Amino acid sequence: MEERVFQKVRDILSEKKGVSRDSISLDSSFEELELDSLDAVELIADLEDAFGVNVPNTDLQQVRTIRDAVEGLGKALGAKG
Amino acid sequence: MSVRRVVVTGTGVVSAIGLDTQAFWNSLKDCRPGIGPYASVDSSDIRFKNGAEIKDYDPASHFQNRETDLMDRFAQFAVVSAREAVRMAGLELGEEQKTRTAVICGTSIGGVVAQETAYADLYRDNRSRVHPMSIPRTMPNSAASNVSMQFGITGPVFTVSTACASSNHAIGNAFWLIRNGICDQALAGGSETPFTYTFLKSWEAIRVVAGDTCRPFSKNRQGMILGEGGAMLLLESLESAKRRGAVILAEIVGFGMSSDASHITKPDRLGAERAMLMALQDGRVPASEVDYINAHGTGTHVNDSMETAAIRGVFGPHAESLSVSSTKSLHGHVLGGTSAIEAVATVLAVRNGVLPPTANYEEKDPECDLDVVPNHSREKGIRYALSNSFAFGGLNAVLAFRRWDGD
Repeated sequence: MEERVFQKVRDILSEKKGVSRDSISLDSSFEELELDSLDAVELIADLEDAFGVNVPNTDLQQVRTIRDAVEGLGKALGAKG
Repeated sequence: MSVRRVVVTGTGVVSAIGLDTQAFWNSLKDCRPGIGPYASVDSSDIRFKNGAEIKDYDPASHFQNRETDLMDRFAQFAVVSAREAVRMAGLELGEEQKTRTAVICGTSIGGVVAQETAYADLYRDNRSRVHPMSIPRTMPNSAASNVSMQFGITGPVFTVSTACASSNHAIGNAFWLIRNGICDQALAGGSETPFTYTFLKSWEAIRVVAGDTCRPFSKNRQGMILGEGGAMLLLESLESAKRRGAVILAEIVGFGMSSDASHITKPDRLGAERAMLMALQDGRVPASEVDYINAHGTGTHVNDSMETAAIRGVFGPHAESLSVSSTKSLHGHVLGGTSAIEAVATVLAVRNGVLPPTANYEEKDPECDLDVVPNHSREKGIRYALSNSFAFGGLNAVLAFRRWDGD
């Protein structure tokens, strides 16, 4: 599941933000990818739409890396069961 | 020539914690927040369910039908607040004076309740026309215009829209108009009514609204809580107040503004510092005599730690001696009207020698390690006080007030 979310993140960031897929790893920080907190908010919204879940704000406070975003979504998917 | 001095002789408030100045002050002093489930919008598919909504406001007790036809809720709040401020100041304007009086109102979004109704009429209900007064209700300047019409004020009247700093920009500019001799009196402040479905969904999308409540400076803070309301201050030159024998509530001594010019939503510490410094310099305020700061204090992680660092940057070691609180924890974040409500809180704090508290505070945060007056108001003599506003868009505005000791 995590892999599926990660690939979706790469799709979204390459399509919408022009970030090269190869530069995106789980450990990439948004800062390294030259993305900011608003890009993170947009990414999570797109992921929520794609997977049909809601990620609570509390899980978003500390999103610094791609892994944080993927895990935040994974948690929401788990909660959905 | 000596600098013309400007004083506050009247205040008016409509808020979730009180429908006039006295009720508002009682709630601040007793730390009674006005935050709870909002009822004017169906919250079933909105992730946050709480707001600082005004529950017991009845337009019919303030306005005739024709007036409510022409005024959206945000404009009504401005007029009701202005009436209270004028009444408190005991001001009666002659014809000549009316030309030398200003009205400056802040709002971030104007008449969105009327606008939302018009959208629903057209897009949801497939009606062919909207309410004939949709334009006068929606226009953001309707608050300032209606206040001016209410009192026949014919001097400079305009509206400022700088998001959450709107009202501080309004009050600061009114202060400067009087100090510079262009006007002798001004009604300045602002109002806002954010409770519409579209607007709440927009706040939901940007993810800065707390799921529970507003806990500024507390480590477990989750974000802001939206509120509605308005406030107006009656400012006048010191000579005018003395001539009339008016009761002076506080002196307004400084105004500072700056722009971050960096990020549309993320605040920049240096911009906040420059606005505070400019307010101190503008008012020749000795930094060591600032005893209280009414913080912007939204309750977001980013703002509250940034603001703490900025206060430390400006005040150095004196930051340990001053007190900082966020009254947004009680009346909510009233957006374009919020700094007017906070300016009134600051004036009352200075006048009464009481620090308003930061409500809902639970857990110390090392990044917000100033005296934040948690959960209980406290008596303290306040010589000078600042009221901070740092808006989305990177626009900062800070007011400085001085206790009136009779000279």
